[in-house]
Amino acid sequence: MNLKQTIRHFHYVLTENPVTFFAFFLFGVIILAALFGPWLVPYDPLATNASIALQPPNASHIFGTDQLGRDVFSRVVVATRLDLGIATSAVALAFVVGSALGCMAGFFGGWADRVIGRLSDTIMAFPLFVLAMGIVSALGNSVENIVYATAIINLPFYARVARAETFVRRDAGFVQAARLCGTSDARILTTQVFPNILPPMMIQISLNMGWAILNAAGLSFIGLGVRPPDAEWGIMVAEGASYIISGEWWLVLFPGVALMLCVFCFNLLGDGLRDLVDPLRRN
Amino acid sequence: MQAKVLQISARLLQSLPSILGIVVISFALTRALPGDPAVYFAGAMADQASIEQVRQALGLDKTLLEQFFIYAKNLLNGDLGMSLSTGRPVLEELLTRLPASIELTLMGLGLSILIAVPLGILAATRPMSWIDHLCRILVTAGVSLPTFFTGLFLIYIFYYLLGWAPSPLGRLDIIYLPPEHVTGSYLIDSLIARDMEVFWASLKQLILPTVTLGLFALAPIARMTRAAMLNTLASDYIRTARASGLAETKLLITYALRNAMLPILTTLGMVFSFLLGANVLVEKVFSWPGIGSYAIEALVASDYAAVQGFVLSMALLFTFVNLLVDIILTLIDPRVALDS
Repeated sequence: MNLKQTIRHFHYVLTENPVTFFAFFLFGVIILAALFGPWLVPYDPLATNASIALQPPNASHIFGTDQLGRDVFSRVVVATRLDLGIATSAVALAFVVGSALGCMAGFFGGWADRVIGRLSDTIMAFPLFVLAMGIVSALGNSVENIVYATAIINLPFYARVARAETFVRRDAGFVQAARLCGTSDARILTTQVFPNILPPMMIQISLNMGWAILNAAGLSFIGLGVRPPDAEWGIMVAEGASYIISGEWWLVLFPGVALMLCVFCFNLLGDGLRDLVDPLRRN
Repeated sequence: MQAKVLQISARLLQSLPSILGIVVISFALTRALPGDPAVYFAGAMADQASIEQVRQALGLDKTLLEQFFIYAKNLLNGDLGMSLSTGRPVLEELLTRLPASIELTLMGLGLSILIAVPLGILAATRPMSWIDHLCRILVTAGVSLPTFFTGLFLIYIFYYLLGWAPSPLGRLDIIYLPPEHVTGSYLIDSLIARDMEVFWASLKQLILPTVTLGLFALAPIARMTRAAMLNTLASDYIRTARASGLAETKLLITYALRNAMLPILTTLGMVFSFLLGANVLVEKVFSWPGIGSYAIEALVASDYAAVQGFVLSMALLFTFVNLLVDIILTLIDPRVALDS
């Protein structure tokens, strides 16, 4: 498929399915908020003002204000960067380590395959969110360790996809040709096999991203990682939780919906990307 | 029958490596504390001598391998260490809170099965109908919903706005006394004690958290049921059965659903793992006095033994559930026996 065809196909996928178009639009908004959020918001997300605490949404504070008088809208927008940052770094880490391990397991087979397979089976034997809690508690309660924990629980998914995709290609014609030319195993893996397994890995990334965001937000909801007064969706929902029984709904609703839309967007993108990469498998 | 027994024992043996793996990882987690654990446990005021004393008391002066065997031996004796915050054995703490969590998790799982399986079947039998679209919307929305957010949202609507639900604080309103402890489940215990008032009160407390968990588990079960049913309904034997004029209900339930059970049951094992994680969040939202809340309290208080005990017991519980699912599969499906 040449570039022109790819672009045409991309255009077709975008316009044919309005849901995918919506997802790409949402994705653009989220990226914009993550990159430029702090400059776009009307108020300082950390500035407290007790005289306007717990105001419902109104003209000057469209999402209302929280218990310390901070503007909820500004906090929701600014939080995008931290939430997305945690999830992106965790997924990137899981992708790099997972695909390296998976490629080796699929390419060399033998004991490498057994050890790596056993390792990912053992991780999968834990309820993953619970394992993440355990890892954060063992390594120490910080944002950095939330990233490591989320990366570790995502690792098996990448390792498995990479292993399966490498395995079916390890004796493919182009690999044998490269071997015949005297290319080393390491070079074959990095220059021949890896680029070919990228499409299925990309789909795995975008399907996984939503889940990673949910997990990270869940961890900060129970008080791990992000510390107040930093703005992050999970912790904002947690702080708003005690006000929900007295009817202050906007503290929970807006960060919760932002989180939900973000996850929803990545899940839809995953489906759209699958259509783009693999038109045969679309339903 | 003998083949089945052999097969089940083979499956039991297969779970040994994963249990060993779980124990190794748990051990690694207890030793992964940054810095010197002896210094940490000795406290801020400790001098060199008392740090050495703590090091010896905790067995930290031995080699890692020796430490691992001591750890494994303690586990076999049911010793998960002492909880720093309460001063009681971790195992005891977990066991007292386990029934509350089990009751909630099973109710949530039950509710989602009751809704998701019929929904998946209906969606598979009527493709592109409104129920198929409803199924698809629920499945897509379900995986995007943060559990804690759903729970709080339900509280706002049914407790604050409508006033139908009791206050979301624990298993029973404080005006009632918990029923006499038999199984640990308030529903069953109050029935045994023939105390209908407490039964209804605890059921009311259970409804919102159960719905929250159920909504979470709905999506994967419905999706798998729909896919598995579509698969079986497209097979030759269903076409033959239909051509022979078999009644639609008998065809769907006896022939199609039974054959679709295999992937559905496998999914249930996975859903259970997700539920154990989601349970922690739901318990925090509804102040449910289960092991999830206990683990969160322990996390906040840096009570390591308690957290690691919780992680280990959840992993063992999950392994046990997977084992159970596989054994049930062996028993209900003759093809599983033929494969191996």
